[in-house]
Amino acid sequence: MSAGSFYQRDRRWHPPALSPAYKTSVTRSPQRALVALDNTLSEMTGPVFGQETLGPLDDDMIRNFAKDGDPIGPRIIVHGRVLDEDARPVPGALIEVWQANAGGRYRHKKETYLAPLDPNFGGCGRTLSAEDGSYRFRTIMPGPYPWPNGPNDWRPAHIHFSIFGHGFAQRLITQMYFEGDPLIWKCPIVSTIPDRAAIERLIAPLDLANTVPMDARAYKFDIVLRGRRSTLFENRMEGN
Amino acid sequence: MVQSLDRLKESPSQTAGPYVHIGCTPNVCGIEGVFPRDLGAMMLQPETRGERIRIIGRVFDGVGIALKDALVEVWQADADGLYPSPQETRGKADPHFTGFGRSAGDMTSGEFTFDTIKPGAVPFKNSRPQAPHITLWIVARGINIGLHTRLYFGDEETANAADPILSRIEHRSRVPTLIAPRAMEDGRPTYRHDIVLQGEKETIFFDI
Ligand SMILES: [Fe+3]
Repeated sequence: MSAGSFYQRDRRWHPPALSPAYKTSVTRSPQRALVALDNTLSEMTGPVFGQETLGPLDDDMIRNFAKDGDPIGPRIIVHGRVLDEDARPVPGALIEVWQANAGGRYRHKKETYLAPLDPNFGGCGRTLSAEDGSYRFRTIMPGPYPWPNGPNDWRPAHIHFSIFGHGFAQRLITQMYFEGDPLIWKCPIVSTIPDRAAIERLIAPLDLANTVPMDARAYKFDIVLRGRRSTLFENRMEGN
Repeated sequence: MVQSLDRLKESPSQTAGPYVHIGCTPNVCGIEGVFPRDLGAMMLQPETRGERIRIIGRVFDGVGIALKDALVEVWQADADGLYPSPQETRGKADPHFTGFGRSAGDMTSGEFTFDTIKPGAVPFKNSRPQAPHITLWIVARGINIGLHTRLYFGDEETANAADPILSRIEHRSRVPTLIAPRAMEDGRPTYRHDIVLQGEKETIFFDI
């Protein structure tokens, strides 16, 4: 396992802190410049989660909350690989996901959308990437939902992803969208990302080859975490 | 033309949104029976070595309102300054300490709490020591990319004064935003540490 410091994050590729069309960002965005901090051990290391963290149904959102039947909605498999910027697989990455049900409703006290809760759908799951970086989970297709921002803003169907790589500096939360959804290009949260090519990296294509016939469609979503330098040169430069 | 570096780009960040707790601390928001316990809810075991401390704080927005939908994560070394990580080569960290904590904050006050131990010092690049510190990461609705900051300890004046990161911060008046004062509360050493996202008392956030 390589253990050097991480490549600098390309801040122009990520959304800026302030993006006025996403109104909540106006009062929640730092205004001062970030202070550059060379990675120390505190950033290069991170918590390790093993298989013992997981229960048998954690990666199956169709079953992990079900009370008296399957949740309503199109059954899907989401799978892909976790890689670093050098295209090396990242094994043992913890991936946590959450989403609305097929009607676009979240199971949350503060959720006020009139679409009904699904008694058989909780909306959370998690899994670990394998040696080759691959991961998969099963769920139902989330619905789009309206949200209070502009007078008529709708979120495209999406799944939220939280990813732990090997260093705390790699910590990332993002969202996965679905190929062909016209709401993607109208969404103020999607549009916080300045570069269209970067947005496209969050759109999972339909993967017919991995679809389970007569059961569940598959979507493929690859995730790239920050890469890191080899320790060899770094040790030499440190010199002591 | 030159050859391509052929490097992939990192997946772009998106806000954690208002329902981050569904995925990251489901038990706290009433989704029970899916995960037996929330990740990072308990940092301590009876056998954990080190001084027991409590960290309490809130996250404020630019108009001074405490966020109720934030998620705060902490990562820290053990009492000897060792990280429980495969990248730790200086020794074996305390097997009874994970170093990782996660708090959804109180649903009404927004106050986050971590019961943990005071970490030992961790070396900087050239083996110079850093003052004891805890790394924090904050996400919430309206935060487009997670914010990295640190907590240093108010009772470590000498170590803080010599710390290679604190001493390099140009705007000296902002340094106190990283230092939590110590007080005894409920018979336990407690560090109060508020995080201010924007404005006059804006916390220092790091580009790491
Ligand atoms: Fe959402």
